[in-house]
Amino acid sequence: MPDLSGMRFSESHEWVKQDGDTATVGITEYAQSQLGDVIYLELPTVGQQLDAGGRLGVIESVKAASDLYSPVGGQVADVNQELTDHPEYVNQDPYGKGWIIKLRAIKDNPKLLDQKAYDDFVKGKSHA
Amino acid sequence: MVVTAERTPLYEEHIRLGAQMTNFGGWLMPLQYSSIREEHRTVREAVGLFDLSHMGELRLKDDGVAQRVLTRDLTRLRTERVQYALLCNEDGGIVDDVLVYALRDGGYLLVVNAGNQDGDFDWIKAHAPSSAGEGHRGDTILNVGRDWALLGVQGPKAVDLVQRLTSSELGGVKYYAFAEGRVAEVACMISRTGYTGEDGFELFCGNDDAGRLWRALLEEGQADGIRPAGLGARDTLRLEAGMRLYGNDMDDKTNPLEAGLDWTLSLDKDFVGRDAILRARQQGLGRILVGLRMLDRNIPRHGYGVLKEGQPVGVVSSGNVSFTLGYNIAMAYVPPALAEPQTRLAVDVRGSAAPAEVVSLPFYKRPHPK
Repeated sequence: MPDLSGMRFSESHEWVKQDGDTATVGITEYAQSQLGDVIYLELPTVGQQLDAGGRLGVIESVKAASDLYSPVGGQVADVNQELTDHPEYVNQDPYGKGWIIKLRAIKDNPKLLDQKAYDDFVKGKSHA
Repeated sequence: MVVTAERTPLYEEHIRLGAQMTNFGGWLMPLQYSSIREEHRTVREAVGLFDLSHMGELRLKDDGVAQRVLTRDLTRLRTERVQYALLCNEDGGIVDDVLVYALRDGGYLLVVNAGNQDGDFDWIKAHAPSSAGEGHRGDTILNVGRDWALLGVQGPKAVDLVQRLTSSELGGVKYYAFAEGRVAEVACMISRTGYTGEDGFELFCGNDDAGRLWRALLEEGQADGIRPAGLGARDTLRLEAGMRLYGNDMDDKTNPLEAGLDWTLSLDKDFVGRDAILRARQQGLGRILVGLRMLDRNIPRHGYGVLKEGQPVGVVSSGNVSFTLGYNIAMAYVPPALAEPQTRLAVDVRGSAAPAEVVSLPFYKRPHPK
């Protein structure tokens, strides 16, 4: 189990981990398992400004295309270029090499959940 | 009202294997067990095992009825052979696409799409020629879909695998032929057909035997690298093979000529929809199904618009990644003038024009068809 301490989560199943003045964003294990095989990501460009909860891009699996949302606001500092040729990293290692973007000049989002609250949220969904 | 999806006799097997289940055509079916990509590759390179028990089966005893409702001339279909054919409505729209099995004891078995089986049954009954007589109609057609399980064994290692489990000589069962036999001690109809573009068999057996046959194939197939494969892989496999999916690539508003299924039409016999199809041919078609190869990494999907120089000209009926070819592909309806291979078009993907090129179907053909 990867170390998720310090990560926070959105109800749309993105995670964010802040490290100094940059934040790394990806999707959760639950999200990747629901999407199935990821085959394409449409991502923002470096320098683009994103709002907390605003549309970050699109993730496509064999099954469907889904919107991605930015858990915090900020400016795009980096995009995981590896995913262009290896979108499957999102499935294989969603909290590691499957990271999606990095942000700087972060505007925090108080609505994010900690790991315990997110796990409860997911459990609530699967038993709904 | 609570609508409950039906379960196939293999439901417990899927749960035990950790499948992700989905409602398809009113049936609770495995979408994937591990990964669609891996299941797809396994079918192309080794052998995959599918539960197809959701497919409907109709027993049609009356030759006259069969000839009237099916688009192909069945007098040319020999016993223990199989044909792909269509049911059409009076307007020439496709009611369903089916496999027709000419049975040894006379009459036909129709294998029909899961969601259509009850509708097809009613439709065929309603279109039985009156000469069959009212009293006669009751047993003209039987809906036997829920009495049968159907397992697909597909891939380059499929024939060898099934052969190891049967004393029937399968070399004699050619593509689109079938035989009665026993596989793993289970009485089966062994049909050399499939919906993946690979060689292999579809095995019809009784519901009570389905679990036993499923487990025997998985066990014996271990040496071949077998994997169970779900509907996700079935869809990406059939798309590469250029096989139309009813409900996506055609429906009751689609003419068989538009769908590129001219070869399923025996226009020299009378069948429901024939006159309308002939009229459509005379008037000229407004659209035709083509293959598209995407020239960038965008994924085309059902319902996306097709553009020519920015103007809408058509619509994608099926699209996805092609794991085997390494690029993205689609089937789409476009005007005949834009249907020539190498025609440059675009697909409207979330408001931007993703470049695409018309290619001939199928996208994928297995290396050495037997």
